[in-house]
Amino acid sequence: MIAEAGLAALWLGAALCLLQLIAVALTVGGKAELAGIVRPVAVMQAALTALAFGLLIWLFVQVDLSVALVFENDSSEKPLLYRFAATWGNHEGSMLMWVTILGVAGAAVALLERKLEERTLLATLGGQAVIGLGFYAFLLFASNPFARLMPVPPEGRGLNPLLQDPGLAFHPPTLYLGYVGLSVAFSFAIGALVTRDVGPAFARAMRPWVLGAWIFLTLGITAGSYWAYYELGWGGWWFWDPVENASLMPWLAATALLHSVTVLATRDGLRAWTLMLAVVAFSMSMVGTFLVRSGVLTSVHAFAVDPKRGSFLLALLFLYIGGALALFGARVGTVREGARFDPISREAGLVANNLLLTAILGIVLVGTLYPLILEASTGTKLSVGPPYFNTAAGPLALILVAIMAAGPLLRWRRDNPKLLAKRVAPAAALALIALVAVKLTAPSISILSLLGLALAAGLALASVAPLWKRNLLRTPLFVWGMVVAHLGIAVSIAGMACDSSFTAEKLVAARVGETVAVGPYNVTFDAVDPTFGPSWQALQATLLARRGDGDVLTLNPQARTYWAPPTETSETAIHTALDGQLYTVLGKQAADGRWQLRLWWKPFVTLIWAGGAMVAIGGALALIGRLWRGRRKPQETWA
Amino acid sequence: MRRLLLALALVAAPVLADSDLPPAPLANTQLPDAKQEAEAKALMVTIRCLVCQGQSIADSDAELAGDMRAMVRERIAAGEKPEAIRAWLVQRYGSWVSYEPPFDRVTWALWVAPILFLVVGALIARTSFRRRRV
Amino acid sequence: MTGATKWAPLVLFILLGSALTYGLAKPESNTIKSKMVGVSVPSFTLPAAVPGVPGLSSSDLATGRPHLVNVFGSWCLPCMAEAPQLKQIADAGVPVVGIAVRDKPEALQRFLSRYGNPFGAIGADDASQVMMAMGSSGVPESFVVDGQGRILQQQIGPVNPEDVAGIVAAVKAAR
Repeated sequence: MIAEAGLAALWLGAALCLLQLIAVALTVGGKAELAGIVRPVAVMQAALTALAFGLLIWLFVQVDLSVALVFENDSSEKPLLYRFAATWGNHEGSMLMWVTILGVAGAAVALLERKLEERTLLATLGGQAVIGLGFYAFLLFASNPFARLMPVPPEGRGLNPLLQDPGLAFHPPTLYLGYVGLSVAFSFAIGALVTRDVGPAFARAMRPWVLGAWIFLTLGITAGSYWAYYELGWGGWWFWDPVENASLMPWLAATALLHSVTVLATRDGLRAWTLMLAVVAFSMSMVGTFLVRSGVLTSVHAFAVDPKRGSFLLALLFLYIGGALALFGARVGTVREGARFDPISREAGLVANNLLLTAILGIVLVGTLYPLILEASTGTKLSVGPPYFNTAAGPLALILVAIMAAGPLLRWRRDNPKLLAKRVAPAAALALIALVAVKLTAPSISILSLLGLALAAGLALASVAPLWKRNLLRTPLFVWGMVVAHLGIAVSIAGMACDSSFTAEKLVAARVGETVAVGPYNVTFDAVDPTFGPSWQALQATLLARRGDGDVLTLNPQARTYWAPPTETSETAIHTALDGQLYTVLGKQAADGRWQLRLWWKPFVTLIWAGGAMVAIGGALALIGRLWRGRRKPQETWA
Repeated sequence: MRRLLLALALVAAPVLADSDLPPAPLANTQLPDAKQEAEAKALMVTIRCLVCQGQSIADSDAELAGDMRAMVRERIAAGEKPEAIRAWLVQRYGSWVSYEPPFDRVTWALWVAPILFLVVGALIARTSFRRRRV
Repeated sequence: MTGATKWAPLVLFILLGSALTYGLAKPESNTIKSKMVGVSVPSFTLPAAVPGVPGLSSSDLATGRPHLVNVFGSWCLPCMAEAPQLKQIADAGVPVVGIAVRDKPEALQRFLSRYGNPFGAIGADDASQVMMAMGSSGVPESFVVDGQGRILQQQIGPVNPEDVAGIVAAVKAAR
């Protein structure tokens, strides 16, 4: 009953989505009779899809095994959190979550957007409806989450043990909120291209949506990186894997869009850039979704691989992105040129920012797809991995960091190079000092890490510079947001450089009782004991770690065997200190009774994700600041 | 969602795929000479595991990855240069086994692309700027 | 925006889309082919894997007679499945030799007594060294090697009944 109700709600939602599209098309085409129903229909549609999603969650939490999806991904042994999160730990469920967020975002635009011109707003809702319809069709015809299973099996297959982690409850929803949030920006861009209304009002309307989506993407990627770090057992946090790149590319586009939309909102410049980036950002979301689910690229993270579904997604991709880019090509010429600016100005800095981010995006895209293109044209199989991406994108990222440092210190429209140099001098000096200091203390450090640390130091100082000589209590929140976000980038880069250069690794075959030194710690291998949990049994090592004369810490890495589905995993044991993490893994036993232990001392590695969190917090401050200000002061000025 | 489904060949291994013998000694222990170990590690993270879904041999629990690590360490300890070892592997398995793509007739576009993007970007930037007469 | 720049994104997207379409359309091929096909077998010497059956070295493959080299392990399920086919090939007069990867003598002995022994020689490759040297990425794989020790053909995966005739013909045609 519940499953059928869910499916019915989904069909109704789809029907309303179609109605929404028809109403908008008629209104934009001149017949305004149905204009009034667009907003209510958008809200109803969201309510129905949310209902369908809620019902699916219910089915998973109750472990209703008569539904095929529940059987394949759930089991009654799982704790509540994982039964709940298993709803989206699979293809159909995650697609339904996507459609729900899409609908709810559309409803939010319908309900909350007051500043935009009516026709443009309706065109935006029309864009949402077009996107929604494609995904409804995908769900209803190729990925029905509510399909029944007869006869009803006694127990479910259970969730893949690697997904039985709080990370699953957090990482997919945040990423999806990000991807789908970008669809709103996309729809705004479509709406603006259709009605030719591209100006500050349009940018101000779009900005909170871009910010919101970007914050979630930042959180999702940061969380995903940390999840992979502690789950995979080898201490890596980014592999330039195609699926990881699939989440990075929308983020790069969204970051560029974020900066571009502010220029459009305050200075009426970068119109074509903003439109282009809005289309590109969502396009990257869709390309990413396609890559992950179609099996076109080999990846450790690919799931629900099904070429048939891949074709459907590819068709949607051609339709949406092809359509949007064709519209762009046809209409952008009629968009009036915005204000011009000097080569030394904040606008110019933001253009450089856009270009570098787009170039990095291009590199990631080319690197990810080149093996496919090469195989298509010559049949040669190629692998493109970290050596390429680090070498190609690394230097560009460093240049971007330098521009990020100078950017907020630039004046709008026209700045004086000498005065700029004076403002930038402290940060540049600090960077130079850091460069020399690091090189002297760590002569064998790689050039990329060395420059990364130096520039991070400079950026850190430069990002707080806008606060200098200001009344801090009267500084607008969005300025704080910019400061915190840029500082977060500096922190994150410092963490990355430290991890690449200063990690100490010890791989040993140890007997019980032996002590191994790693970094500042002495780790004694005390015991190996069997233990068990709700759906697994494990061998657990007891490691006693001591730093100089400090307290003895106990770490318990495990080698686990789950029985439903049968899998072996290793659970890392990590100790977080102020200046780094001690990361320990238990491996297999060798023939002579010795145990394989993997130990790492990773100085300042937590800065990577702390920085990511700071970036998201900065974004949140900016968002709150903008929304608050929008309520109090209708007219926008730049401080 | 992007971080899920680790291939079974990774951390979660199907028991039937294991052979009878334990891992080779140098698969999971480091070389005594720190500089050599660093060289070996730097090479291992750029060699692709042949039986995994997209990992380097340094990050994989698969047996063949272990044997490849042991081979790399043995050869580095014997004085062989990392590039020679990479070339040996590429000779056997093709460019696919190396995460560092070569620069040759078919891959030059890959390496030239970043420079191309920068140049195009600079040209686009130039058209946005106009020196004001004031 | 100039004419070229405003249509460039669409053009680039069409190229991207074509690459993705190709990616979907192409048949799945997760196997890594050895690049040593057409080249001489790398030189190696492997000790005997079981008592009673001689070990294998590369010089044994350059005596003027073509061979079928089978890379296998007693612990590998598809290797058990292909045993009857290997017997068929051996019975057809093809000299079959084996490289046992990561195997123990007792386990190998049990495997041979259970599934038959088509091998004239079996070398013990405990650390997959020779397997790697030949560009093989897993078990089972079989290589047709000519009389001069040059690798002519690689069979990835078990030898299925329908492959037997082709392999026998390839070896017989080799010099």
